[in-house]
Amino acid sequence: MSFPLLTATAALPAVGAVATAAVPAARRTAAKWLALLVSLATLVLAIVVLVRFDPGGARYQLTESHPWIADFGVRYELGVDGIAVALLALTALLIPFIILAGWHDADPLETGSRRWRPTQGFFALILAVEAMVIISFEATDVFLFYIFFEAMLIPMYFLIGGFGDRAHAQGEEAASTQRSYAAVKFLLYNLVGGLIMLAAVIGLYVVAGNFSLQEIAQARANGSLHMATSTERWLFLGFFFAFAVKAPLWPLHTWLPNAMQESTAPVAVLITAVVDKVGTFAMLRFCLQLFPEASKWATPVILVLALISIIYGALLAVGQRDIKRLVAYASISHFGFIILGIFAMTSQGQSGATLYMVNHGISTAALMLVAGFLISRRGSRLIADYGGVQKVAPVLAGTFLIGGLATLSLPGLAPFVSEFLVLVGTFTRYPAIGIVATFGIVLAALYTLVLYQRTMTGPVKPEVSAMPDLKARELVVVAPLIVLLIFLGVYPKPVTDIVNPAVKQTMSDVHKTDPKPEVEAAK
Amino acid sequence: MSATAVHSLWTTAAEPISKIPAPKIEYGQLSPTLIVVGAALVGILVEAFVPRKSRYYAQVFVSAVALCAAFAAVVALAADGYGTTKAHIAAMGAIAVDGPSLFLQGTILLAGLLALFTFAERRLDPEAHGNRVDSFAAQAAAVPGSDTEKAAVKAGFTTTEVFPLLLFAVAGMLVFPSANDLLTLFVALEVFSLPLYLMCALARRKRLMSQEAAVKYFLLGAFASAFTLFGIALLYGYAGSVSYATIAQVVDGRVANIDPALANTTGNDALLLIGAAMVVMGLLFKVGAVPFHMWTPDVYQGAPTPVTGFMAAATKVAAFGALLRLLYVVLPGMRWDWRPVMWGVAIITMLGGAIVAITQTDIKRLLAYSSIAHAGFILAGVIATSKDGVSSVLFYLAAYSFVTIGAFAVVTLVRDAGGEATHLSKWAGLGRRSPLVAAVFAVFLLAFAGIPLTSGFAGKFAVFKAAAEGGAAPLVVIGVISSAIAAFFYIRVIVLMFFSEPKPEGPTVAVPSPLTMAAIGVGVAVTLVLGVAPQYFLNLASQAGVFVR
Repeated sequence: MSFPLLTATAALPAVGAVATAAVPAARRTAAKWLALLVSLATLVLAIVVLVRFDPGGARYQLTESHPWIADFGVRYELGVDGIAVALLALTALLIPFIILAGWHDADPLETGSRRWRPTQGFFALILAVEAMVIISFEATDVFLFYIFFEAMLIPMYFLIGGFGDRAHAQGEEAASTQRSYAAVKFLLYNLVGGLIMLAAVIGLYVVAGNFSLQEIAQARANGSLHMATSTERWLFLGFFFAFAVKAPLWPLHTWLPNAMQESTAPVAVLITAVVDKVGTFAMLRFCLQLFPEASKWATPVILVLALISIIYGALLAVGQRDIKRLVAYASISHFGFIILGIFAMTSQGQSGATLYMVNHGISTAALMLVAGFLISRRGSRLIADYGGVQKVAPVLAGTFLIGGLATLSLPGLAPFVSEFLVLVGTFTRYPAIGIVATFGIVLAALYTLVLYQRTMTGPVKPEVSAMPDLKARELVVVAPLIVLLIFLGVYPKPVTDIVNPAVKQTMSDVHKTDPKPEVEAAK
Repeated sequence: MSATAVHSLWTTAAEPISKIPAPKIEYGQLSPTLIVVGAALVGILVEAFVPRKSRYYAQVFVSAVALCAAFAAVVALAADGYGTTKAHIAAMGAIAVDGPSLFLQGTILLAGLLALFTFAERRLDPEAHGNRVDSFAAQAAAVPGSDTEKAAVKAGFTTTEVFPLLLFAVAGMLVFPSANDLLTLFVALEVFSLPLYLMCALARRKRLMSQEAAVKYFLLGAFASAFTLFGIALLYGYAGSVSYATIAQVVDGRVANIDPALANTTGNDALLLIGAAMVVMGLLFKVGAVPFHMWTPDVYQGAPTPVTGFMAAATKVAAFGALLRLLYVVLPGMRWDWRPVMWGVAIITMLGGAIVAITQTDIKRLLAYSSIAHAGFILAGVIATSKDGVSSVLFYLAAYSFVTIGAFAVVTLVRDAGGEATHLSKWAGLGRRSPLVAAVFAVFLLAFAGIPLTSGFAGKFAVFKAAAEGGAAPLVVIGVISSAIAAFFYIRVIVLMFFSEPKPEGPTVAVPSPLTMAAIGVGVAVTLVLGVAPQYFLNLASQAGVFVR
């Protein structure tokens, strides 16, 4: 038996989470270092996975399969395709930065009970989320995926509700009320989505008799498993609803601005750059493979919803006064692009969408973490409280600008490639939708540049005049992300090489081929 | 009457006694029940003869040994194959020894043992005049607030009678799901109900509330029992027998030698329908299904918390066991009559329990309504009428009872000057003050809410899967919606514990003795094990899923 590499990648942060939580209350710094080391070790494992993965090989690689709950037909089945590998690597890459960026976010303010250990809890919860996200990317058993898809809500919920920004305009009491509101809203939205998916998961079992993604997809493809059209559509809707809440797709998006606004910047990155990716990833892996016909049936509605997400998210981002809320609405707009790319059902669209998931993770992390450093210096999230920062903290302003430019998909930075692919992929099949979606980019330029202009340029506000520039720890967080953004913007081939074969297979699952290029017949 | 006729009567009566067949009792197979009843009788003797100082220890010892021995007997019977191949009907057709019986008896005995630990806890209440006391009244007969009561408290009395009462209740519960005729069913019902009524009245603090709860429980329970008994009489009129097997035969249309006295009523469907409805009603009362649930919140709130935990876990197990046997063994022939009704009951129970729970402000009442919602989920599995349905219900009951006892054991720990602080507002910030207790309670709440990796999820999945396979897809959808509603109030408690600021005059968490710690620890362990690796127990439940007929 070979070394269970995928299990190890998920188990390491899980064990690390338990170990971090067990560090004694007084040894706070030790807990931080432990969490950081564990996340770096996980990154090493993820790189090993990346190296061992052969893009031209079998569809699912590094597979593991063990019986788990035979009564439910559940097996512990792991396996990664190109899409999963890319997102696995993204997750493992971002977590060390998230931990490093949140280094002081959970230092206890006042001494509570002797056994109250918020710092240990904060880092343990981040590692727990990492473990659960990784295993949901790896699971090829629907039930196994569902379990961790749901279970990750709990540590996420405590991260949102338990830890917030230090300074709050209305005082700690109001901050704690708003935080727990955001946490509950997050949990209820996702739990309802998950429970509706549970009904569909049970329905899938009744129809198929097991939960193995490969077996069901194969049986669907060779016709041995027939689903009535209405059954397939109901099951598809059950799955899609949960993923659309998680992704989040308009009109199920309203939990995201609250959750991102109230949580600390690293946790906000964790939500939008890591956890939400599970939703869009699951659309590709589960909705399209298990229910190809229903996916095509639902495509028009989903495309319209994605389009609304793009425009609506961007418009609301323009109107925000709160930096974090602005980034949240920008993310909703970007998730619209990702879903558009997935359901355009072209290979450029889906490659673009997968690439977009990776790039959006990196660019949002860069923008949001720098925004977090900014907010922690001034103690306010309001855009109006800033002005002229680039004169006092030029490095901070510069990195913020690059993060912002990446968000608006400036050519030369990574998100441009993916956004372009998505738009091209959409345009070849649905020209009208492709054209409208392009306005999302225009609005993106508006909200990022106006944000930069209002906060960083102009006369220096007295409150920010003494603002220190980025410290070494913060630079260590931001610099690699920016390097990556530029590298993948110029040379995206490493990622597309891994992703493309998997996308081709997904396309063949839904029996779609790219539309042939048409040339106007010469008269 | 002519002289000869009288003479023949006399001679028949005078025939040798030996012709009356001696009842054949399989003592070995009935040993779990017999051990518990025997220990309960010993407990009464202990009350009578052992000096007051050492009674507590003697009682706890006797009860613990009896419950362990009875559990060992259950395991031995199951290992011997009585759960599967050797399943049969013992004690002249009165008791079924089969898979569901043994599984449920094992569950009830373990629940009883954990409940015994919480009953025996003596470190939570402050010492009264130098005597360690438990959660039960010093002297139940003393009027609350009277001088007699004060004297009893001063003398350091404790109601050690609760231990034999607990054993009697357990004994009745052991018989209830294995009863194979209606009269045994009724006797078992009374045997476990009467001690429960009594124990509900025995709280040390808030005695008036406790007594009120007991009276409510008793009156409504007696009413429900009367319904059951009336239903039994009607069913006897219908089938000419109280035996499950005979009634099932008559329902299927195979009427063997009709008793001439009952010639007019045998096979009369009106009697069957009304009778069956009344018996089922009595059982639904015991499981706390809507619309027979009115007693649940008041009784759960008023009763001493250890008793509430025991009642919530074990009564539900026993009553669902009896309901399953009744519906699967006696009435499968008329499932097209009872299924629509049970659909309705399951739907209003799930929704009703979940919706009303949202507005509760007392933790015990909240758990009471949550138990109603759970009764609805279990009913969804009962309705499946398949082997999977039985085994999923068995698994759910086992999973649920450990979570319940653990959760109520945690409730006993959170205290202020007036005893247990059950008002939800007092639980604010508990997570800051005692992270461990709050985390443990959060685990129980997440299990109640059915979050994956807890036993609650495995149970809920098993039940809903069985229901969906049985063609009850709408029921599953409603179940899922009620789970979402229920999740809201479980989460609310977690928010309160972890995200609210602690109040300065809030309650303290008492440090319990190893007894309560063991009950809570076992609860947490079972919750997590059944959530992560449920396969062994699912196997057990599915092996036990066949009723002997």
